[in-house]
Amino acid sequence: MPYLELQNLHRDFGTVKALDGIEIELGEGEFLSLLGPSGCGKTTALRLVAGFDRPDEGRIVVDGKDVTNIAPNKRDMGMVFQAYSLFPNMTARQNVEYGLKIRGGDKTDRRKRVADLLELVGLGHAVDRYPHQLSGGMQQRVALARALAIEPRVLLLDEPLSALDAKVRVQLREEIRRIQLELGITTLYVTHDQEEALSISDHVAVMYSGRIEQMGSPAEMYSAPATPFVAEFIGTMNRLEATVVDGSTGTVDHRGVTLTVNAARDRQRGDRVLVLVRPETVELAPGNGDGGPNTLVGEVITQTFLGPVTRLKIVGASADLIADVATAKAATLPVGTRVTATLPAEGARLLELTDEPLPAIPEEPGPAGR
Amino acid sequence: MLIGAFQAKTKGYTVENLRVLFNHPYIDAYKTSIEISLVTAVIGGVVGLLVAYAAIREGTPRWIRSALTTFSGVAANFGGIPLAFAFIATLGPLGIVTVLFRNHGFDFTQHGFSLFTKTGVELAYMYFQLPLMILVIAPAIDGLRKEWREASSNLGASQLQFWRYVGLPVLMPSLLGAIILLFGNAFAAYATAYSLTSGTVNLVPILIGAYYSGNVLDNPHLAQAMAFGMFVVLAVMMLLYIPLQRRAARWAK
Amino acid sequence: MKPRRFIAPSAFLWLLLAAAYFLIPLIATFLFSLKSNQTGKCCTIHNYGWVVHNHGFWQSLKISSLLALETIVISLALFVPTIYWVHLKVPRLRPVIAFLALIPFVVPPIVMVVGLLRFFKGTPDWFYAKPWGFLAGAYVILAFPYMFFSLDAGFRSIDVHTLTEASQSLGAKWTTTLFKVILPNIRSAALAASFLTLAIVMGEFTIANLAAFNTFPIFIQYVNESQGFPAGALTLMSFGITWAAMLSLLVVGRKRGGGGAVIAGGR
Repeated sequence: MPYLELQNLHRDFGTVKALDGIEIELGEGEFLSLLGPSGCGKTTALRLVAGFDRPDEGRIVVDGKDVTNIAPNKRDMGMVFQAYSLFPNMTARQNVEYGLKIRGGDKTDRRKRVADLLELVGLGHAVDRYPHQLSGGMQQRVALARALAIEPRVLLLDEPLSALDAKVRVQLREEIRRIQLELGITTLYVTHDQEEALSISDHVAVMYSGRIEQMGSPAEMYSAPATPFVAEFIGTMNRLEATVVDGSTGTVDHRGVTLTVNAARDRQRGDRVLVLVRPETVELAPGNGDGGPNTLVGEVITQTFLGPVTRLKIVGASADLIADVATAKAATLPVGTRVTATLPAEGARLLELTDEPLPAIPEEPGPAGR
Repeated sequence: MLIGAFQAKTKGYTVENLRVLFNHPYIDAYKTSIEISLVTAVIGGVVGLLVAYAAIREGTPRWIRSALTTFSGVAANFGGIPLAFAFIATLGPLGIVTVLFRNHGFDFTQHGFSLFTKTGVELAYMYFQLPLMILVIAPAIDGLRKEWREASSNLGASQLQFWRYVGLPVLMPSLLGAIILLFGNAFAAYATAYSLTSGTVNLVPILIGAYYSGNVLDNPHLAQAMAFGMFVVLAVMMLLYIPLQRRAARWAK
Repeated sequence: MKPRRFIAPSAFLWLLLAAAYFLIPLIATFLFSLKSNQTGKCCTIHNYGWVVHNHGFWQSLKISSLLALETIVISLALFVPTIYWVHLKVPRLRPVIAFLALIPFVVPPIVMVVGLLRFFKGTPDWFYAKPWGFLAGAYVILAFPYMFFSLDAGFRSIDVHTLTEASQSLGAKWTTTLFKVILPNIRSAALAASFLTLAIVMGEFTIANLAAFNTFPIFIQYVNESQGFPAGALTLMSFGITWAAMLSLLVVGRKRGGGGAVIAGGR
């Protein structure tokens, strides 16, 4: 029995249809990330769940009860905003206590709970500071403690880490996950950072233009993307347009080169498909190769150092690929080297190619942007 | 140039002149001035806040805010004779509203109301106090971040609780600063009161003006002492205003 | 709170009250201005005609307009470079100047006249006795707060350092930077300041009265004391002129999304 359900949510803003039939089911204690580029509708969906907006169609159900028409201050949900949400006239302690004070109850009990929560988020030492005296990361920790204080049924987070430094982001996201697991709270998390979503969620729902493109576990999303958009959005992916040559052997033709792709079996001859190959699965060897199976020949035109791995761009008559190789090996293949790229037969994914143009991935904004 | 203005007053200043200030009618003038200024500042402040908030909040069409801001820009500068005339035309003995009420049986001039009293001056002053408040407090209202209201609601608080715990406290420094500004504005006003009452209401600026228009010119130093008195009142006002501004700026981050 | 799609009832109430309070006196003035001088009854536009044909009207209007123009030009020439300099080189001085800017705003015109009369006593007659000299000087001081707050807001909204350094690295002199780079970028703030100054000069009565110059507001007072209903027409026209100035302010301000801070104070 799902704990949180979003049923057929629609939201139209006149000039743009923000949500076009969103369906989500989340079990109790589970963590789901809504992942997508700016404008895909993920924040709209979150705000509907929180109650700051009403859907044009559809329902929101929590623990079996329809909350669609309940005011936001009665929904018993805790929300962490992207930034600037702490009350400036109150200290960290007072901010966290706010929700409890509204509900009444014993003062000593309240104080104790506030202290415990601030300890939990690692701010035991800064309880009496004002928001303008706290760093961005610390502010968000207070915001988290404040949302948790009221023991909400659902925890909602709206890109809470987008405005923070890279290192703080990594640190904080792991803490959020740790706390969430410890308290067992059902959580809905919105982000545009796919690494963030993949690393801490139980489920990921990739959104684009108001629709859910695919929903599943992080591993599923990475290794088995269901649409070209998801394939491009999650990690880096080589997308090769090809036409099926022979469905029984699984051969396809890509720019004049015949490739064997196991996933092409059971396809009709003539089908247009998209072969998806992860860069780390591409094998590189110097030289023109001997025309072995599944090889593309080209020249290394750029190298991008990424730490443990170096990303090489290979371009040739029939090749336009990205390959990730161990940095040590990349040193032996400097720019200008002719290389042979071997694509795995197994492990490449296949998608239908329609006449629709492939969705473009917009440039992701910098850390502070939205 | 500003120093020149100050020096002019202190040159003509002796302790004796200052002491005279505490007698009638001078002390009355100060009392009246302060009272009018206080009343219009506080009422103008509160009402201005409500009107400004009404225009800015969600749900109100955008054009209302623009219309209110432009109008306030004009009205805040609308003082002196034109303003006095407009009010005489409205609430004077032959004013439109007065006549309207009279024709329907209620003659409030019989009930002791006259435009040419303290209350009348206060009513007229509101015409530029209110817009000034609206102009000054609007940026502060803008500064109330949407996230605060949403977070408050999310944590279970009602609208009223939000205003009590977050909204008003955050606005308070700006609010008080604005009221102080309004006080100074009213205290220094001369033209409106003069043309409204031709000097019958006892205000400090009017007294000073009286000296310089040649009505009573026996002791120019006295006038300067009175001016100095005004300056003191206003200086106190400034001293209160600056720390409030700083506090407001800090929270606006 | 759910987003309001319509205006809140309490908001509507307050706005209605405000509108009533502001508009009724204007309507009353208008009705009065339509009354004929002879019969004391409605309705004639004779009063407006009288105003337009009155020599004193045009005379004083001309003086005030020219005075306003002069004040604006002098103020801008004086304050724009100064504030630019402060923002660029000595930002620590800014609060000091802000404090100074509050003083003319708060010191009553009465007191200021006293001080100014003494201060300018030694100056030659061509300056002292003509409105272009003494009164303009006084008005520049009076306009200083509005000029400062508008221009200051304008300067704060642009990145002064970056623009200046970029301009200089491309080889421009100070004057070029000032005119070609800085001025265009604070255009809306400067215009807002100018229009505010215009409104002030067109409405300022006290100093002009005590210093005995014949400006437009003085003319209005004279009419008020001598004639009855034509003064109403005059009042509305002065309101209209000021309002037109303000509307221009809004149009210009919209280009930059808000222009400078708008404070005002008419006594």
